[in-house]
Amino acid sequence: MSIYSLVPAKSSTNKRAVTQVTGKSRSFLKSLCTIPVSLVLAAHMGFATAADVNTTGLAVTDDTVTVGILHSLTGTMAISETGAQQAEKLAIKQINDMGGILGRQIKVIQEDGASDWPTFAEKSRKLLVQDKVAAVFGAWTSASRKAILPVFEKENGLLYYPTFYEGLEQSKNVIYTGQEATQQILDGLNWVAKEKKAKTFYLIGSDYIWPRTSMKIARKHIENVLGGKVVGEEYKPLGDTQFGSVINKIRLRKPDVIYAAVVGGSNVAWFKQLKAAGINSKKQTLLTISVTEDEVLGIGGENLEGFYSIMKYFQSQDNANNKAFVKAFKEMWGEDSVIGDVTQAAYLGPWLWKAAVERAGSFDVDKVVAESEKGDIELTTAPEGYVKLHENHHLWSKARVGQWNKDGQATVVYTSELIEPDPFPAGYQ
Amino acid sequence: MSFVYDKLLGGKSGAIGLLVLSVIILIVFPMLLDGFRLNLVGKYLTYAFAAISLVLLWGYGGTLSLGQGIFFGLGGYGMAMFLKLEASSPENTAIQSTPGIPDFMDWNQITALPWFWEPFSSFGFTLLAILVLPALFAYFIGVAMFKRRVGGVYFAIITQVIAVILTVLIVGQQGYTGGINGITDLRTLNGWDITSDSAKYLFYYINCGLLIGVILLSRFILTSKFGRLLLAIRDKEDRVRFSGYDVANFKIFIFCFAAFVSALGGAMFTLQVGFMSPSFVGIVPSIEMVIFAAVGGRMSLIGVVYGTLLINFGKTTFSESFPELWLFLMGGTFIAVVMFFPNGLAGLWSQYSPDIIKKIRSTFGMANPELPLSSPGLKETNS
Repeated sequence: MSIYSLVPAKSSTNKRAVTQVTGKSRSFLKSLCTIPVSLVLAAHMGFATAADVNTTGLAVTDDTVTVGILHSLTGTMAISETGAQQAEKLAIKQINDMGGILGRQIKVIQEDGASDWPTFAEKSRKLLVQDKVAAVFGAWTSASRKAILPVFEKENGLLYYPTFYEGLEQSKNVIYTGQEATQQILDGLNWVAKEKKAKTFYLIGSDYIWPRTSMKIARKHIENVLGGKVVGEEYKPLGDTQFGSVINKIRLRKPDVIYAAVVGGSNVAWFKQLKAAGINSKKQTLLTISVTEDEVLGIGGENLEGFYSIMKYFQSQDNANNKAFVKAFKEMWGEDSVIGDVTQAAYLGPWLWKAAVERAGSFDVDKVVAESEKGDIELTTAPEGYVKLHENHHLWSKARVGQWNKDGQATVVYTSELIEPDPFPAGYQ
Repeated sequence: MSFVYDKLLGGKSGAIGLLVLSVIILIVFPMLLDGFRLNLVGKYLTYAFAAISLVLLWGYGGTLSLGQGIFFGLGGYGMAMFLKLEASSPENTAIQSTPGIPDFMDWNQITALPWFWEPFSSFGFTLLAILVLPALFAYFIGVAMFKRRVGGVYFAIITQVIAVILTVLIVGQQGYTGGINGITDLRTLNGWDITSDSAKYLFYYINCGLLIGVILLSRFILTSKFGRLLLAIRDKEDRVRFSGYDVANFKIFIFCFAAFVSALGGAMFTLQVGFMSPSFVGIVPSIEMVIFAAVGGRMSLIGVVYGTLLINFGKTTFSESFPELWLFLMGGTFIAVVMFFPNGLAGLWSQYSPDIIKKIRSTFGMANPELPLSSPGLKETNS
C-alpha cells in the first residue's frame, strides 16, 4: 500500500489533506501524517541522521532538505510556467505543514530559466553542482528539457518534468508527470471519430518537435486505425500570427475535424482569425491538444466556445481532491488564478518525490529512482483523480475531452480509462 | 623586440593592460572559483570574442553590425555538428528507426544523413569550416553591401535581417538543424569526454589562450597602416576614397575578420556549454554583444572583455539573487552606463587612472613621469 492511501479518498478529511491547512485541522493532520513517517523511520531504525538518508552529499541537514524549482519567470514562457511553479510551491508548503519528508522541512531554491534554453542549462548545473539539491521541479518546453537533460544525467540529478510532451524519451534522471503523446492523442481521436462520425482531419501545429511528433502519431492512428483521411497538414513558425492561408485551405477542404497543436501566443491569433472567418463550433468540430485554462485566459473564452481540448485535467473536474486543490491554490495565489493541465501535473511532482523518498528511506537519487521504477507508487489524492507511476518513469493517467465555455472553463464530456504510458509507441514511429 | 612591444602589445599601457587581464583570467579566476563558476566564466569569455570583433568593426571601422550572432552561431553550429555526429554512433542510437543519424533527424522522419552533414564527421574539416565558412559568408555579405556603398544604419538593419532569416531557417528546417531545440546532448570529442571536469579546465585555458591571441592579432591590425586607414574611413570615408583607396575592400576585410573572431567564440561556446541553439543566432544575442562592447568601451580591445564579464556576472548574480526582479536591475545598469560613463569601462579607466596612479606614486615617494598614461586605443574617442 502506498503511503498516499493514508487519507481515505472520499472522506471529508481528504479535502483538508490537500488544502492549505489552518487552525485546528492542522494538528489533526499532523498527527495523521506522522504515523506513516514514523513507520518509515522505524523501518530504518529511526536513526535518520543526515548521513544515513544522504550518502551522496546532497543538501540535507538533520531538519531540512533543499530542492530546486527551475521555471521561466521572465520571457515569453513566463505566462505558461508561472502556474507550474506556483503549484510546486503549494505542494511543498502542504508537505512542510504535514511535517516535511523524513522529518525534514523542504527548503526551496528558485532559479529563473528566463525562457532561454542555455540559461536553463546554466541554472540546472548551478542547482545540482553548487546547491546540491535533492530534486529539481522544473522545465516546461521540450527545448528546455533537452538542454538540461545532459546536465542531469552527468551530475546524477533528479528532475520532475510537468509538461505533456512528445515522448521518445525515458531518462533515468527524469520523472515525467505530464502525459506522453499517445496518452493524449489516441483516446481523443477515438472519441471524435465515434461521437462526431469524423472521417477527414486537417492537422495544424506550431513548427517544432512536439507538434510534429504528435501529428505523426495522430496521422498514423487516423489512417491505420480509424480508417480516416488526413486532408491537410500544416506547420507555422513559433510565434506566427498569420493564419489566413491555412484558414482558406480549411474552407476549401472542409475537414470534419480540425486537429490543432498551435502553441503560445500564436493561439490568440489562430482562434480570433478562425472566428473572424466565420468558422465556429456550430459549423466545425475543432479538437486541440495545446489549449489549457492558462491559454484560454489569453485567447478569450468567447473565441473558443464549443471547441474541444484533450487533456488529462480540467479545473472544472468534479471530485473532492480537485475541489480541495483548487481552493488551496486560490487561497495561496489569489482568486483570479486559473489552473491548467500542466499546473496540475506540476503539483504532482513534489508528492511523487515524497512518496518515493519515504519508501526509499533516503534522499539518494539512485535509491529514489529505484523506488520510483518499481511501478507501484500511486497518488489517490491527485486532483486529476488517481495516478500511478509506471516503471518507465511516466504516469498512468486518464485522457479527458473538455468542451470550452464562454467563461474560460471547460465541461468534461468524456473521460477515458486509465491509460498506460508508452513513450516509444510501436507502430507510431 | 620592438615589433612585439609596439605592434602586438600596443606599447607600455597596452602591455600592462594585457598583462593584468591575463593574470586575472589565467591565475586569479582559476584560484578563486570552483569548477562550476569557472565554466561560467569560460562561457562569458566566448562572448568576449564577439565583443572584440565589434571593437574592430564598430569602434574602429565605424560600421555597426547587429548580426554578430550569425557568425557566433555558424562557428558554434559547425562544432556542434561534428560533436553530434560523434554522439550519434549506431550503438548509441540503436533504439531509433534509423540508427546512426542524430536523434532529431530520426524524429523528423529523415532516414539518411543529409549531404551537408557528411563532411562534418571529419574533425579536420570541421576546424577548417569553423575558421573559413563564417568569414566566407561575411565576404559575400560584405561584397554585396560595401561594394554598393551600403553603410551606416542600413548595414545594421541588413545584418539584423540576416540574423532573423538564419534563425527562421534553423527553426523551420528542424529535421536538418535540430530546430528550436538546437543541437543538444554532445558528450565526446574524438572519444574524449568533454563533460568531465578536467576537460572543462582544459577548454577554459584554451579559450583564454585564444582570446589573448585574438587580442594580440587585433592589436597588430589596429597599430598597422591598415588600422590608421580604418580610423580614417570611419571619420571621413569620402576623403579616403578620394585619396585613391578602395574603401569597400578594407571594410570587407575587417568584416570578414570580425566574423572569423566571432565564429571562434561560437565554437568554444559549444565545447564549453555542450550544446548550440538558434537562441545564439538571432537579434537578441547579437544586440547583447553590442551591449557588451558598449559597456566595456568600444575603442578598447581589453575593456570589452571586462564589459562582457561584468554584464554576464551581473546577469547571473542578479538572476540568482532576485529571480523575479533581475531584468529590471539589468535595465537599470544599462541606463546607468549610458548616462554616467558613455565611453564604457575603458573610458572610466582612462579618465581616472592617471590621477589614481599619480596618487599611488606620490604615496610611495616615486617621481611622476611627464607623459600621461593612457591606452593608445582611447586617444580617438572623438566619434
